Amino acid sequence: MTRRADVCAVALAEVFRGDGEILANPIGNLPMIGGRLARETFEPDLVMTDGEALLVQNPMPVGVAEPDKVVEAWNPYRAMFDVVWSGRRHIVMGPVQIDRHGNTNIAWVGDDAQRPSRQFLGFRGGPGNTISHATSYWVPNHSPRVFVDRVDVVVGVGYDRAIQLGESGRFHRIPAVVTNLAVLDFENEERIMQLRSKHPGVTVDEVTAATGFGLVVENDIPETRSPTAEELDLLDAIDPTGLRYREVPDP
Amino acid sequence: MSPRDKRMTEDEVVAQLASGMTIGIGGWGSRRKPMSLVRAIARSDLTDLTIVSYGGPDVGLLCATGKVRKVVYSFVSLDSIPLEPHFRKAREAGQLEVEEYDEGMFLLGLQAAAWRVPFLPTRAGLGTDLLALSPDLRTVTSPYPDPYEDDEEHVYEELIAMPALRLDVALVHMNRGDAYGNGQYLGVDPYFDELFLWAAERRFMSVEQVVDTEDLSKLGPVQSLRVNRLMVDGVVEAPGGAWFTSCQPDYERDEELQARYAEAATSDEAWGAFWSEWEHR
Repeated sequence: MTRRADVCAVALAEVFRGDGEILANPIGNLPMIGGRLARETFEPDLVMTDGEALLVQNPMPVGVAEPDKVVEAWNPYRAMFDVVWSGRRHIVMGPVQIDRHGNTNIAWVGDDAQRPSRQFLGFRGGPGNTISHATSYWVPNHSPRVFVDRVDVVVGVGYDRAIQLGESGRFHRIPAVVTNLAVLDFENEERIMQLRSKHPGVTVDEVTAATGFGLVVENDIPETRSPTAEELDLLDAIDPTGLRYREVPDP
Repeated sequence: MSPRDKRMTEDEVVAQLASGMTIGIGGWGSRRKPMSLVRAIARSDLTDLTIVSYGGPDVGLLCATGKVRKVVYSFVSLDSIPLEPHFRKAREAGQLEVEEYDEGMFLLGLQAAAWRVPFLPTRAGLGTDLLALSPDLRTVTSPYPDPYEDDEEHVYEELIAMPALRLDVALVHMNRGDAYGNGQYLGVDPYFDELFLWAAERRFMSVEQVVDTEDLSKLGPVQSLRVNRLMVDGVVEAPGGAWFTSCQPDYERDEELQARYAEAATSDEAWGAFWSEWEHR
């Protein structure tokens, strides 16, 4: 039986397909697992961090106290901005809110900037990441609370705003939004979020019902691919304690 | 002749500060924060401070003790506890003025102040709500045609003009230092401490241990000597000075104490009990 978390991990690996030698910077457990899977299979040139100031060449397992590190370089926070602004990076972030254009919010929720109803992280690196290099998103709980008609504050730039910027928006790109239900993208003329594939066992209606705006849905939506036997073995090595199953339980 | 001895106590540092000042605090999140200096401020009668920080419990503690009027930030986090609960509480109560930035803009703001230029240009922030939220934030049009564009129509790009984040005071914590203000980090990341120091009028550095100058280059590679005495007005010897934040390799974060600090945000009574215990430890 295909487990949902494994499908998500593979879908998160797939966001890096074709990236070559860039810094793959997935934030959070499942994105990290996906990124490391991509590097161990079809994108061997990806560069990855240890989550702190080192670039590490071996597939460090997640959820392990002191994993072995094959350190290939030093990359303190200050140097990370050289990478970000050079464009040689693809990050996966977790939005608090995202709209149909891919505008995202990770800062705070509410209608008063000086008194938010819920304070989250702040702008963090959202503005610089989204205007400088590829940004994909991971949503472990696909719901209308996350997929909203309008985000309360635009922290990550969406396609409508990037297009409006013209030349200054030329490095903006959102390759994919991966959720616990589906894979979404913006690969249409209007650059509006569309359903690329639904995970095995998920219906189109489930995805649209969990989305708080009108998702573009073409006919014949394919299934997200399931992991191969080799990928399943690698996933167990990268995530030996099964953190992914806690993040995305089986339906 | 030796240069002048800059050693002082935390309270002597605080005596040089005034209410209403803009104070930059080094470290990152819950890592190598100058907590003994921050706690001395929290114990003082200073008020109405503007805090500029890659924020962690420094921001949270000063919020919880009512010292802060305004926070200039891009995030405030305890790392292992992603959202700083005391900062969050103050924000959700509408008690703080904030100036929000992308963390790279923040770096450029400190760098601009350090280099004494009014702003530095960047694309970071374009297309976001930062311009709408910060009426003082401006853009600037490049005087140069885009070098990557070779067709006839040259593009003069509009960029964010990140203003200099000028500081009245900077506080940082290093692993080792000498009495004259030379400082050494021995961990894996220097964070942005030098920028805070260069960006400030008055600069104070606490260190785990004060050593003889000649020992500094024996304790680590010369590249670890990130702070020199041009950047420092006062040195505080503070063993455990970053506690409960991490100060690698001297010590890891005290997760147990941090968790208790975080839980104390649940009520005024819980905070009172926690702070009266921790205040003077």
